Amino acid sequence: MADEIDNTSDDPREKAPLVTGGLDYAGVTDTVCNIAERKTTLAWKIAFLIAISWLGILGACIGYLMTTGVGVWGNNQPASWGFPIVNFVFWVGIGHAGTLISAILFLFRQNWRTGINRFAEAMTIFAVICAAMFPGIHVGRPWLAYWLFPLPNQMTMWPQFRSPLLWDVFAVGTYGTVSFLFWYVGMVPDLATLRDRSTSKIKQIAYGIFALGWTGSNRHWHRFERAYLLLAALATPLVLSVHSVVSFDFATSQLPGWHTTVFPPYFVAGAVYGGFAMVLVLAIPARELFGLKDLITQRHIDNMCKIMLATGLIVVYAYADEFFTAWYSVNHYERFAFMNRVWGPYWWGWFTMTFCNAIAPQFLWFPKLRRKLWVVFTIAVLANVGMWFERFEIIVTSLTRDFLPSSWWMFKPTIIDLLMLAGSFGLFFTLFLLFCRFLPVVAMAEVKTVMPHSHAHPEEPGHRRDEHRSDYWPDEHRPDTDDDDSGYDPIAPQAVPAPA
Amino acid sequence: MSTLLEDEEIRLTTAEETPELIAVLSEFTTVDQVITAARRLRIAGFTRWDTHSPFPLHGIDRAMGIRPTILPWLVLGGGLFGLFGALWLTWYTNAHDYPFLISGKPVWSLPANIPIIFECTILCASLTAVFGMLGLNRLPLLYNPLFKSERFRRVTNDRFFIVIDVSDPKFDLRQTPRLLRSLGAVAVEKVED
Repeated sequence: MADEIDNTSDDPREKAPLVTGGLDYAGVTDTVCNIAERKTTLAWKIAFLIAISWLGILGACIGYLMTTGVGVWGNNQPASWGFPIVNFVFWVGIGHAGTLISAILFLFRQNWRTGINRFAEAMTIFAVICAAMFPGIHVGRPWLAYWLFPLPNQMTMWPQFRSPLLWDVFAVGTYGTVSFLFWYVGMVPDLATLRDRSTSKIKQIAYGIFALGWTGSNRHWHRFERAYLLLAALATPLVLSVHSVVSFDFATSQLPGWHTTVFPPYFVAGAVYGGFAMVLVLAIPARELFGLKDLITQRHIDNMCKIMLATGLIVVYAYADEFFTAWYSVNHYERFAFMNRVWGPYWWGWFTMTFCNAIAPQFLWFPKLRRKLWVVFTIAVLANVGMWFERFEIIVTSLTRDFLPSSWWMFKPTIIDLLMLAGSFGLFFTLFLLFCRFLPVVAMAEVKTVMPHSHAHPEEPGHRRDEHRSDYWPDEHRPDTDDDDSGYDPIAPQAVPAPA
Repeated sequence: MSTLLEDEEIRLTTAEETPELIAVLSEFTTVDQVITAARRLRIAGFTRWDTHSPFPLHGIDRAMGIRPTILPWLVLGGGLFGLFGALWLTWYTNAHDYPFLISGKPVWSLPANIPIIFECTILCASLTAVFGMLGLNRLPLLYNPLFKSERFRRVTNDRFFIVIDVSDPKFDLRQTPRLLRSLGAVAVEKVED
């Protein structure tokens, strides 16, 4: 594994291997399963201790919030959204990369996704959990959060379905549910692998229950693949809708800086950009720590960098477009809102955002820099910082400086705000570390389908394997071809009940 | 009556009736072989059998003659249920049961309710896709006689298996294992329950 093969060539005549290091099927299984089967490493224990400590701090902060009230935050009357909603938008955005990889790249037959989709999907779910928490506690009286759902109650009142805030509940709820189903269904065959390899009874039962009795039957695979395709097709408009709906929270209001039609595509592009940055932040250390360099290759990193660069440029375009529209609208308030972002009291947020989202990713144009993992990692971290500040700028600058100067006020986060932001990372990393420890972090069954020997049509009439094709490989075990094709009708299906 | 097949490490017997023989399991090492074998078994007229593999095999549906699943129609039904369910929900709650006038908006208007209706459509269709798939596959099924075979554990790793049920009309205790071997099976084993 010391010297990696360069599989980043863009020459279409060269077939880039997606699995390097000469791994065969069993090699893939061993590489991935070993992570869940070996003894807990010291590095994992230390990381888990740090993460769960921050989760504890988050829990303490929520307890303090519940017993004291929302005054523990820096939220005030003009800036009533404050950190909780900044964090909510930030975390929802992070999730988008996972669904993009699992659904959209699947529909586009981007086979390289198989190496990274499992943990990108896991990242999505954990990010949505972090996101959903914030509005839940932001409502002030979280024990009444069930008012968000259309449940018959003693007041005979119903939710107001024409409100974007309620659209959010449905969008994020659906998104979380569908992402979880997608992730879990895709994992069932791999859980069966862990079940079949388990050496202790407890592991066998634990993995066995979640593997649902999967036997790899091709009659099952047939429906499984169809279900997976349908889920991908359903998740694709869903992922585009989620951040669009989140952006409606802003766009349907009349506040300067929020009331623009560019928000839905701008938010979705920003979410994909920030989400891919988070996948890189997780993937670069994970492939080192877990020995996954043969499955998450330089090509995977390279492709993710390119997507970051492309979506980053869309975000930059949206930033420029906002300024142009403000100027072109000849709307006094709109123009002020944008000048205030750059030169107002929160100028440092705008400059951080612009540096992190507009300048830093430009280094990804250079293939040499994309090969330097510390460069990629730094840019990815900066992108996450930038995306957080983007949401901070949008929310705080518009709320604190609206139409009437008499209602202006500054927003200052309290220590609880900052601890909760850090604590949400604790929650995220705790869940992620548990996932890395106990579950298959790479979709083994899917990786095996993109390996060269998984495609064979040895006996189809009229088919001869072409030695000049890039996926040609010599096969000594090929059975002798026979010529009883007379009765072969490839179209006529046959009613075959599954064995009892 | 006991039969010993030549160069078999496994004896297939019908004499001891206590564990009931339910199927014959055969192991293959390459995708080529298992697809060839599947096609030959289908041509030979076997009907109660299955192939098992660590990943979905390209072309196996045609080789085995698997009929396309009805799952897409179920998902369409689920999606339509979500669509009309949400349409009814938003109309009933906001326009009928408790007309709620806010900001001068009409109590009932389609555009304002599209996000809710869209999300509910996707949610119901996705739930149908997942639970429909599991239902059609008759999963979860935590007990399966196949799991008794030590060899079969590699089905989720790197080996391919063909299982022929004894209830198959074409099944023959002497000939079927021979056929499987001739198709390239490296091992043939009985599955008992």
